[in-house]
Amino acid sequence: MLSSEVTARSAGPVRPNRAGRRRPSGAGRAPYALRVVAAGVAAAFVLPLVIMISASFSDETQLNEHGYGLWPRGFTVDAYRFVLDNADQLLRSYAVSIVVTACGTAASLLVMALMAFALSRPDFRLRRPITLAVLFAMIFNGGLVPLYIMITRYYGLQDTLWVLILPYLVAPWYVLLLRTYFMGLPSELFDAARIDGAGELRVFRSVVLPLSKPALAAVGLFVMLQYWNDWWLGLLYIQDRALTPVQLLLYRINSNIDFALTNPQLAGSFDVIPVQSARAAIAVLAIGPIVIAFFFLQKFLVKGITLGGVKD
Amino acid sequence: MQSEPRVQPRLSQRRSRAIRRELLYLGLCAPGLALLVLFNYAPLFGIVLAFKDFRPRDGIFGSRTVGFENFAYLFAGDAARITRNTVVMNLLFIVATLVVALSLALLLHELRARSPLLATVTQSAMFLPFVLSWVVVANLVTAFLDSGRGLVNQILGAAALPAVNWYSEPEYWPAILVSVDLWKGVGFWVIVYVAGILAINPSLYEAADIDGASRWQQIRRITLPLLLPLIVINVLLSVSKMFNADFGLFFQVTQNNPALYPTTDVIDTFVYRALTTTGDVGMAAAAGLYQAVVGLVLVTSANWYVRRRTPDNALF
Repeated sequence: MLSSEVTARSAGPVRPNRAGRRRPSGAGRAPYALRVVAAGVAAAFVLPLVIMISASFSDETQLNEHGYGLWPRGFTVDAYRFVLDNADQLLRSYAVSIVVTACGTAASLLVMALMAFALSRPDFRLRRPITLAVLFAMIFNGGLVPLYIMITRYYGLQDTLWVLILPYLVAPWYVLLLRTYFMGLPSELFDAARIDGAGELRVFRSVVLPLSKPALAAVGLFVMLQYWNDWWLGLLYIQDRALTPVQLLLYRINSNIDFALTNPQLAGSFDVIPVQSARAAIAVLAIGPIVIAFFFLQKFLVKGITLGGVKD
Repeated sequence: MQSEPRVQPRLSQRRSRAIRRELLYLGLCAPGLALLVLFNYAPLFGIVLAFKDFRPRDGIFGSRTVGFENFAYLFAGDAARITRNTVVMNLLFIVATLVVALSLALLLHELRARSPLLATVTQSAMFLPFVLSWVVVANLVTAFLDSGRGLVNQILGAAALPAVNWYSEPEYWPAILVSVDLWKGVGFWVIVYVAGILAINPSLYEAADIDGASRWQQIRRITLPLLLPLIVINVLLSVSKMFNADFGLFFQVTQNNPALYPTTDVIDTFVYRALTTTGDVGMAAAAGLYQAVVGLVLVTSANWYVRRRTPDNALF
């Protein structure tokens, strides 16, 4: 988290064409060796996902007999049929995750951007003490126990959607990051807008926000990722199955806490209940959206890392 | 310039406008501040729990005060093990991440000029696991380490070696956790170092080419020395966080298996367990406070050091 900020300052903007321009000649066998190594590395990183997808299309009996592999063992969609036949909980969890991620990301961006904007204004007298308060919240906290006691005993937030959203809403690091970004915007534009009669809020909406799209996109994506991938808040504060987000559901299935999958009544027309392959299928369904989103959004994530360094 | 000079507003008017603006700014901060108070500042009072024998019925302040008893108990018992595991594992992660991320960044950079497509694909593949949750990663790990169906035991079997019960043999776990941590996280750092390499002035390489320096010499004499400040700062800041373990990695990937605690129980998992499983709230709070205070010391000293050398890179 802290470390990546450094990149922005010491590395500066990335100019991808530079690399292309230099080094015209790559003589000898080296290029091929490089390519082979790179392809091997890429494969190693993708391999585990391939194995899981294969498992989800495997026949349960063969999977138990021969184990996991690169190719499906006896190709079948039984696991998906099984999972989707009893999809109530899965759909419910999907709904929870989508609501939490959408509301959480929107609210988080709004609250943090407003705060960062105020903290970026040189004429705000309380700028220093409030910035310090944000900073201190980042480097010191009371730990898990006091927060847990507050949330469960004093705020009464357990088993509500709020508890999945509110604790992550203000991330001090992103507030400071956005503030730094806003401070770097050319102040002449602010002055020009003011001379044209724009109030502070108008300046924020019509000057700051449009100019900060790259930073907002990057922060928004990282916040979104955190909400979508979160199981920790659920693990601590959610008992109610109706409020179980996707990642927590997957955890409960992994650790056999959830019996929905092994409930014999649900087995229906299956000779063998697809336990292992259904687990894999649920995992595939749980990561599907994020992996698809990854291919469209990764350039913004990369930009975010190199631009201001955002990490959970 | 175009119109007549503007009339200076009266002083009181100016002041009231300044006050209005100040209140507006404060209003903009209010929602964020309220959340910080609720989830960061109010819990600080709960720190007293570390000095209490907490009973739910009596609440935080009603519970009996026991002074440093929780700490005495903690340091007589598990503190050494969880501290060692946390620090040693984090140091392993830092070294492994640095070495592998740098090597892969250099590899990608060399590759980019020759085969941009393959370089892009490789970088995407390395970054992909970064967006997965630890629950999913734990699921993937079982495909390798499951004693019956897992790939690793299949390979061992093919090589006529005895199968290993991975989830009950703690001695293998430092290596397993390092590999898993690299798989999930190294892509992020590769991007950081690739950006660092791209920021190096290309004329240096052109000059080196003219002087007939080999690729390897250029890496050793130009790239690595110029990356050094970035490396030093990244490592230092990682070190400043080494008292905090990644809960997801240690809890999910090990499947919270007690047999593995000798090498995988870290401060964060210990606190979680003391709070939720054994119900020893005072002890959990004591361990959490111990972690927070040492963490604060580490962060501020790392920041002090960075500030002294390169003030621009200091965190605060």
